Amino acid sequence: MNTLPQTVVRPEFEASDLDAANHGDVARRLTAYERLSNMDSVRKFSILILFIAAWEIYTRASGVSHFLLPKFSDTAVALFQAIWSEQLLIMVWNSITILVTGYAIGLAIAAVLTTAAITTRFGSDLLSTLTAMLNPLPAIALLPLALLWFGLGSESIVFTLLHSVIWPVALNAHTGFMSVSETQRMVGRNYGLRGMTYVVKLLIPAAFPSILMGLKIGWAFAWRTLIAAELVFGGSISDTAETQSGGLGWFVFSNQMDMQIPHVFAGLFTVILVGIFVENVIFTNIEIKTVRRWGMQTS
Amino acid sequence: MGQDVQAAADNSSAAAAVEPILDVDGVTLQYKTKEHLITATYRVGFKVYPADRFVLLGPSGCGKSTLLKGVAGYMTPVEGAMRLKGREIHEPGPDRVMVFQEFDQLLPWKTVKQNITFALMNGGKCSTQKDADELAMEYIKKVKLDRFEDTYPHMLSGGMKQRVAIARGMAMEPDILLMDEPFAALDALTRLQMQEELLQLWEDTHFTVLFVTHSIEEALIVGSRILVLSPHPGQVKAELNAHHLNHSNVGDKEFSELQSKIHNMLFADRILEDELAAAEGAAQS
Amino acid sequence: MDTLPQLVIRPEFENTDIKDAHTGNIAVELSIVEKIWNINGIRKAVILLGLVITWQIYTVALDVEPLMFPSFLFSLERLLVDLFTGDLIFKIWFSVKVLLIGYSAGMAIAAVLVLWATASRLGSDFIATATAMFNPLPAIAMLPLAMLWFGLGTASLVFVLIHSVLWAVALNTHSGFKNVTETLKMIGENYGLRGVPFVCKVLVPAAFPSILSGMKVGWAFAWRTLIGAELVFGASSGSGGLGWYIFESSQNIETEGVFAGLFMVILIGIVVENVVFRNVELRTVNRWGMQR
Ligand SMILES: Nc1ncnc2c1ncn2[C@@H]1O[C@H](COP(=O)(O)OP(=O)(O)OP(=O)(O)O)[C@@H](O)[C@H]1O
Ligand SMILES: [Mg+2]
Repeated sequence: MNTLPQTVVRPEFEASDLDAANHGDVARRLTAYERLSNMDSVRKFSILILFIAAWEIYTRASGVSHFLLPKFSDTAVALFQAIWSEQLLIMVWNSITILVTGYAIGLAIAAVLTTAAITTRFGSDLLSTLTAMLNPLPAIALLPLALLWFGLGSESIVFTLLHSVIWPVALNAHTGFMSVSETQRMVGRNYGLRGMTYVVKLLIPAAFPSILMGLKIGWAFAWRTLIAAELVFGGSISDTAETQSGGLGWFVFSNQMDMQIPHVFAGLFTVILVGIFVENVIFTNIEIKTVRRWGMQTS
Repeated sequence: MGQDVQAAADNSSAAAAVEPILDVDGVTLQYKTKEHLITATYRVGFKVYPADRFVLLGPSGCGKSTLLKGVAGYMTPVEGAMRLKGREIHEPGPDRVMVFQEFDQLLPWKTVKQNITFALMNGGKCSTQKDADELAMEYIKKVKLDRFEDTYPHMLSGGMKQRVAIARGMAMEPDILLMDEPFAALDALTRLQMQEELLQLWEDTHFTVLFVTHSIEEALIVGSRILVLSPHPGQVKAELNAHHLNHSNVGDKEFSELQSKIHNMLFADRILEDELAAAEGAAQS
Repeated sequence: MDTLPQLVIRPEFENTDIKDAHTGNIAVELSIVEKIWNINGIRKAVILLGLVITWQIYTVALDVEPLMFPSFLFSLERLLVDLFTGDLIFKIWFSVKVLLIGYSAGMAIAAVLVLWATASRLGSDFIATATAMFNPLPAIAMLPLAMLWFGLGTASLVFVLIHSVLWAVALNTHSGFKNVTETLKMIGENYGLRGVPFVCKVLVPAAFPSILSGMKVGWAFAWRTLIGAELVFGASSGSGGLGWYIFESSQNIETEGVFAGLFMVILIGIVVENVVFRNVELRTVNRWGMQR
């Protein structure tokens, strides 16, 4: 078999003076521009600026009717006006009060349901039957019933908010508790933890990724339901005199009715700001301090 | 038959002088699943004395983990009784601390030190945070994990996690330490090192440990006395002494003889079962 | 150290007689009643039946005003009548059609955005900024604007539906792509895959759990937005969907009609979540072992 390639035996060698070698740039500091453009927040912020500039230029240049798309500058002015002289902040506060009330009561009910579900098999079956049925039911669809039962008022909104919070929270908390590993349960009981201390010190932290997920979904649904309810509500309540005590959704709705389009945009901005605050400040902070730090992040 | 086992143990003259810490007496343990009722161990009896490194050895599925869960108080026997220092066991408690095989036995939301202090405070071992901290640090040093006391478990290697679990178990200073294949998920080198460390720690305090393994070699190295169980459902096959063997004896004549003796005991059943199956097959045809 | 407890050496013993081992019942079957009761579906069906019977008895026995709270059978009858003799079926079709158009348009736009984001850093930054801004904005809040821009019609509905689907899907897909492990990406490149085939054959399957959860969240938002929008629309004009059916019934104080509409909403929700998505899950992420 002379055709096979043969090993080429060649002399050995060792490098003797590595230190003397000149490597050139081993580690070069990037230029200021490169470093700046590597910062996420800087890049995102410039995109935002670009977006706003494009909006302003487009509206000025094309002369599009300000009823269809107001200038950014008009919107900004409208926002300040609404804050200083039209009690926008009070409306935001009204919305948030109702939201927090509904959210808190919803959490309490979800906690009771989940407790029943983890202690008895009947409770667990009841919860999974109820969530399977009611979780896909948009809370807003219950608003007509709520209006019928509780009349035009914040009780009706709170009722629909309850519905939007309870099911996702209870569902996620329950699956979270069920999937706490058997080992961790045994460890907890080994320390002599019983009853409430066992739940508080062991089960809740162990199921926390799932519970947090439920809280986030519950918030997202509740926020959407609230805005929708206030929009619908705005329609049915606008003929009564109760104008200044509406919420954020109503601010958007009534201004649209009055064709105050810059104010509609200002209202939407406020909705976005509140949403960003809750999601990116409150929830993200909780997440960083808990599940991410503990390495328990579930994707 | 449970009585036989007890009689054999009682015959010992030395045993009369010291009271056993743990007395397992003719215990049958069963699981009730959605479909079946499964007997995991059948009338098992043994006694663990202070300073014992008592090993439960047997083929997979023979009920070793189940026995340990029984002793820990997670399961109640359907017949027989288990007594710790004369008192019957009916619920889990910090006087019997368990070290599991699984890496997730550390609470991920607590640092290494907090994992130990949490156990100490809740198990009633320490009443002030300061005492707990001190005791925890002492044992963290013993398992050579100082510098890692403020790390969260997800940033530790498997072997380090097991070390923390062992430190936690020993810091609690329980009447008996229960270990369910604590080294099974480790690589061979780390396992060897951990076995040595465990023996070293035992030299310090002569704690009592009930240790489950299915490695014959590990049983001989770590154990002072070995309980050999038959395949499912687990029954007592033999109780053997191994207090005179450790790492340095691996490969010795005595070590290998004992090793093959136990090997044959565990294998005998399989051969018997094969013969039975063959006989049944023959009878049917 | 005399204080340390010392080993108690005791004689060995062997048990040679374990032939009677198999006397105990090693595995006894549970009784048939116990087995049937252990089937989840049966227990849940019983609970459902219990709830319905309670409702029926409560309304009939206490003689509750049907305008406030109609009995179960009354509501069910209304549902069946409207379904088979009325135009409820068309209203449902109208809603479902709008939903499908909005959902698929939203998915398509999300796909384009995410492709752009994988191709360039500008795209990636754009998607991050846009989702951070628009994801917290409930789609329904865009409805007043949509009606302004597109008038009172299907176009407005589709616009808000796109808004509700787009950001949830884009956000999840993009973060799913970013979390695909470096190893898998290198393997893909090693096979010579580039550009769109790389995205379709490596990134999409690897990020599928995340994409699927984005699609599920998108569906949940879209379904809620649609019903909400139809309720608001009900107040403004007469284009009919399922939400409008509910609104109309409540305006006419036909509460049994409201319940009939809610039954349908629940039914469609259950079918989409427990049949459509469940099957996709079983066939993909569950089978691939990416999710239990
Ligand atoms: N949770 C459970 N439910 C029902 N049966 C179980 C359960 N856990 C164990 N068993 C059964 O009990 C028997 C003994 O199981 P056990 O876990 O005690 O075995 P083991 O000796 O620890 O085995 P291994 O060495 O593999 O860990 C097995 O046959 C198993 O099928
Ligand atoms: Mg085991």
